[in-house]
Amino acid sequence: MSRQGKRKTKKGIGIAFCTCVYLFLFLPILVIVVNSFNATTSKPYLTWKGFTFDWYVRLFDNGALLSSFGNTIIIAVVSTLLATMIGTLGAFGMYKYKFKGKGVIDGLLYIPVVIPEIVLGISLLSLFTNVNIPRGMLTLILAHVTFSVPFVIFNVRARLSGYDNSIEEASMDLGANRVITFFEITLPVLAPGIAGGALLAFTLSIDDVIISYFVNGQTKTYPLKVMESIKSGVAPDVNALSTLILLGTIVLVVLTQSDFLKKKKA
Amino acid sequence: MARPIVEINGVNKIYGSNHVVKDLNLVVEEGEFLTLLGSSGCGKTTTLRMIAGFEEPTSGSIKVEGEAIEEKEPFERNVNTVFQSYALFPHKTIYDNIAYGLKMKKVPKDEIKKRVHEMMELVQLEGFEKRYPSQLSGGQKQRVAIARALINRPRVLLLDEPLGALDLKLRKQMQLELKRLQKKLNITFIYVTHDQEEALTMSDRIAIMNAGVLDQVAAPTEIYEHPATKFVATFIGETNIFDGSIRSINGESLSIQIENGDVKATGSEFAAGEFINVSVRPEKMKYALDPVEGFTLIATVKDYVYVGSVVKCIAVLPNGNELKIERLAGQPLPQLGEQIFPYWNEKDVVVIHNRDQIFYQAVDNVVLG
Repeated sequence: MSRQGKRKTKKGIGIAFCTCVYLFLFLPILVIVVNSFNATTSKPYLTWKGFTFDWYVRLFDNGALLSSFGNTIIIAVVSTLLATMIGTLGAFGMYKYKFKGKGVIDGLLYIPVVIPEIVLGISLLSLFTNVNIPRGMLTLILAHVTFSVPFVIFNVRARLSGYDNSIEEASMDLGANRVITFFEITLPVLAPGIAGGALLAFTLSIDDVIISYFVNGQTKTYPLKVMESIKSGVAPDVNALSTLILLGTIVLVVLTQSDFLKKKKA
Repeated sequence: MARPIVEINGVNKIYGSNHVVKDLNLVVEEGEFLTLLGSSGCGKTTTLRMIAGFEEPTSGSIKVEGEAIEEKEPFERNVNTVFQSYALFPHKTIYDNIAYGLKMKKVPKDEIKKRVHEMMELVQLEGFEKRYPSQLSGGQKQRVAIARALINRPRVLLLDEPLGALDLKLRKQMQLELKRLQKKLNITFIYVTHDQEEALTMSDRIAIMNAGVLDQVAAPTEIYEHPATKFVATFIGETNIFDGSIRSINGESLSIQIENGDVKATGSEFAAGEFINVSVRPEKMKYALDPVEGFTLIATVKDYVYVGSVVKCIAVLPNGNELKIERLAGQPLPQLGEQIFPYWNEKDVVVIHNRDQIFYQAVDNVVLG
C-alpha cells in the first residue's frame, strides 16, 4: 500500500473510532430528548406516536417532581457552600502548618473517596439513627457535605502545590496585614482551585442516589424521584425535566466557555 | 560620615540545632549600597529576612533609623523587599502590582496613578500597565518587582539575589541599572548575593559572611587587597593561599616558613611562631629561573589556561599543590615543563592570622623528583 493510502486508512479508522465514541456518549441523551416530545401515552412510553409539548405542560402540574428538584437544588447549594468552606480551610491548613498526625489525617481523607458509596450510605444511616437525628433535609445535607469535602480539599491542594508563599510575604512587606493579604492575595490566587472543588461538590451532590437513598427519610431528591418512577418505565415528564436540566447545563457550559475564551485572548 | 540607618547588634538566629547567624554586628549607613556576600547557607538571606521582618532574631537587636524593630510586623516596617523569585501577584496587572503598596497606605487614586506612572517610567516599563506578570520576560518581571518595592519610598530597600534568575548579559545590564537607580533615588540598598563579581561591581561596601559569621565589612578594593580572613581571600577573586608560620620578624618584614620552603612578606601585629596564611594574587606572582634571596620555592610548569585577555600558568610545587601565575596575553610566561623559582614583592601580598590554627608540618630540603 502506498504511503498516502496508509495515511488515508489511518485517518478513516480514527474518524470511525471517534464517531463511535461520541455516539456512545450522546445517543442515550438524544433518546431522552426525543422521548420528551413523544405523544405516546402507553407504558413503557417508548414507541413514537408523534410530536407533542404535552409532557412539558404536565411537568408543571407534577408538584412532587418539581419539589424534589427544588430539594435537590437546595441540598446542592447548601452542601457545596459548607463543603467548600471546610475543604478550603482544611487544604490551606494542611499546606501551611506542620503538626503531629498530619500523615494520618492526610491518608484518612482518601477513605470517603474510595469506600463504596453504599458502605458510606449505611454507616451514615446508622450514625444518624444512633444519635437520633430525624432523617430529612438536614441529614441529606450532612451526608453530602461528608462526601464532598475530600474532593474540595484535593482540588484546592492541587492549586496550592504551585503556590509561591513569597507573594504573601510581598503583600505584607508592602503594608498589608494578614487579613487583607488573605483576601487580596491568597484567596484570589487559590480561587480557580476553590471554584473547581465547589463545582465538583455541586455536581456530586446533584446526582447522588445511593447515599441519599439511605438518609433521605421522606425528603425526596430529584434523582430519588427518577429512581422511583423508573419502576413503571421512565415517565415522559421525567424526560421533559431532564431535557430542561440538560438545556440549562448546556447554556451554562457555553457561557463559561465563551467567557474563558475571551479571557484567553485578552 | 553618613548617619547609620540600619544597626544590627549581636543578632543570633538559631533553628533547632542549627546556628544560622552568629553574633552579627553590622551598621549600614544612609544612602549606601551594601552587599551581603557569601556562599549559599551562610546566613545572608536569613539576615535580610530578619531586617524585613519575616524572621525573628533568636537574640540581639535590629534598629532602623534608631528605632528597634524586631518586635514589629513586616507591614509595620519602613523597609521593602525585592524577592528572589520576584513574588509578583499573578492575578493582578502590572499597574495593580506596582500600585499595591500605595493602595495599602490608602493614598488617593489620582496620586497613585501619578506615582505608578513615574515609577514605570523610572524602570522603563511604560505601556505594560494592563499586562499580567505571566506575559512578561524575566528582566521585565524584575523591573516590576523593583518598581513595586520602591513605590512606598522606603528608607531601605532589601534585595535578595534579585538577578539570580537572569542570563549573564541581562544580569550585567541590570547591575548597572540598579546601581544607577540607587544613586538617583539615594535609597539605602542592602543586597544579598553569592556572586562575588556582582558584589565588586555594585557595592559601596561588601559584608562577607561565612558560616553565619561576618568575616569582613569593607569597600571592594579593600576587601580584594586586604582580605581579613583566609575565607575572604579565597572567596573574592582568585588567589594562591599558603599555610605557614612566622620564622622571624625584622621590623615590618616577615620571614615565613611554609611547607614548600621559605618566603617573605610584610605585615605588622604578628608574633614569631604564629600560624598564618599568605595570600598571593595570581597577577602578583613572579618567577625567576634562578633562586631569589629570601625565597626557596621551586615549582614545575604544568599547564596553561587561556581566558581571553589573560593567560594563566599552572605550576606544581613539590607537595603537589598548584600555583597560579596570571599575565596579560602576550606577556612572557615560563615554558611548559620548565623549573621556576616563584617569588613576589613583599608588599604585594597579604599575611592573614590563621584563625583555624591549621598548619602543615614544614618540610626542609625538598628534593625534586
